[in-house]
Amino acid sequence: MSVAPLALVGYFEPAWIQVLKAILIFAIALQLVPIVLIIERKLLGRFQARYGPNRVGPYGALQPMADILKLLTKEQFRPTTSIGLLFAVAPVISILTAVAAFAIIPFGDVQDIFGTKVGLYGVDVSIGPLYLFAFGAVAFYGIMLGGWASGSKYSFLGAMRGAAQLISYEVSQGLALLGVVFTAQTLSLTGIVRAQGGMWYIVPQFVGFVIFLVAGFAETNRAPFDLTEADAELVGGYNTEYGGGRFASYYFAEYLNMLVVAGVVTTVFLGGWLLPFGIHPPGWVDPLVVLFKMSLITFIFIWIRATLPRLRYDQLMSLGWKVLLPLATLNALATAIIVVATH
Amino acid sequence: MSDATPASSPSDSPASAAVNVMRWDPGEDVIEVKRSPAPGALRSAWRALRETARGLKTTFGRIAEGPVTMQYPEEKTPVYPRFRGRHKLHRFEDIPQHGTHAGLEKCVGCSLCAAACPADCIRVVAAENTPENRVSPGERYAAVYEINLSRCIFCGYCEVACPFDAITMGHDYELSSYDRSDLIFTKEMLLAESLERTPLRNEGE
Repeated sequence: MSVAPLALVGYFEPAWIQVLKAILIFAIALQLVPIVLIIERKLLGRFQARYGPNRVGPYGALQPMADILKLLTKEQFRPTTSIGLLFAVAPVISILTAVAAFAIIPFGDVQDIFGTKVGLYGVDVSIGPLYLFAFGAVAFYGIMLGGWASGSKYSFLGAMRGAAQLISYEVSQGLALLGVVFTAQTLSLTGIVRAQGGMWYIVPQFVGFVIFLVAGFAETNRAPFDLTEADAELVGGYNTEYGGGRFASYYFAEYLNMLVVAGVVTTVFLGGWLLPFGIHPPGWVDPLVVLFKMSLITFIFIWIRATLPRLRYDQLMSLGWKVLLPLATLNALATAIIVVATH
Repeated sequence: MSDATPASSPSDSPASAAVNVMRWDPGEDVIEVKRSPAPGALRSAWRALRETARGLKTTFGRIAEGPVTMQYPEEKTPVYPRFRGRHKLHRFEDIPQHGTHAGLEKCVGCSLCAAACPADCIRVVAAENTPENRVSPGERYAAVYEINLSRCIFCGYCEVACPFDAITMGHDYELSSYDRSDLIFTKEMLLAESLERTPLRNEGE
């Protein structure tokens, strides 16, 4: 088996297609977040034996619109103790990194649209997971700067917790992906999907899948690892002092991050746009398959949120360093040995 | 064992009683905390996963059960027959058994309800009945009867105090208002046939 060079992307797209794709991805991200919002609130309601929002629009479907409208019409204020520029920039960083990370999730194979070859993804970077972790690490600046620049104790504590949490879990997350990268022998996300033609990596890399998912909960500050926000102790954590549109940006980035993790799990472990049992549907079905798998992962996110209580801080740290990290390391090591032995 | 029990008879000397107090035997009051041995790595991992799965099953069961929410303005919580809601004043019904009383107010203006009221929210001003203007069967009637529902605590003492069952607690609980003065209910409002807006709870519900 010949190993593909790491920098191989395969083909080049015309600039206008790339611009079009960038706009499209931003638009899709903007549409997906309110849908996830309303679905999460409805599902959380059902999980708690209540209805969830059902007053605005049919079945409460317009509730996110009402929320967003409310937030955007609010006054933009900032505390006198805050640092003006950073306070304003922090939510922008959050939203920017979330959308940038969304760009590498492949929604389908390269399609022939009107004679032009178009990949159904933003960019097929030859360093897929690294790109992801790079933007994940920059996203942490959004939280950190937001918490710090607010000039409030609660925000600062939330941001500090967020920093420690992100660093702890990013390590295990990366190691969990390493097994997949060994097996697929490529870092390109489309390459990883194509390598799953025989078997989805959730089967041979089940440990990696679980570790990645758990670390993903922590990365996106979702329950049960939402210590960054911890409304019971820290009011709202890093976003305590934020309101209006800036708060909306944080909120948006948080849900988009969840979608990104769902997309990466879909791509890396659930075979992306591939269907099982050798079914090869026409190309336009691919994005629907990816969206379906993403919604399954999102459902698990919401289900977990409705079930598990928030961890204590020391429990969070010991889970990250004493359980997930050794497991992920062992998983990567075992995979490496098996890959070398079978070649 | 006998010396450990506290002195029960007065014949014991004070000294031995003091010793007994000093040597208190906790007996069966002691609760021994039993801890299971700390589980190993695999065991605790298995336990964590199992308990998480149990929690996930529980929450999923709530979806299967369906919501239990009352959609309030459309559906109303049914009340028990003895629910104490807004007061009602009563008239003698227009039936032959009541004879000449039919249609008269039951309230005779005795102010016992006002006296019983712990929140002091009932105001009664009595006036004499005359042959031309007969309002109640007794000597007097309530010329003014006001209940300030913003003070009322819905204890039902007025109902108990009333010797003629003239005032009872109804079932209405939707008593909110934009104006405090709207919550002072006059005799006419209390006597009026109220729209029964509150559903009654069925047997066994």
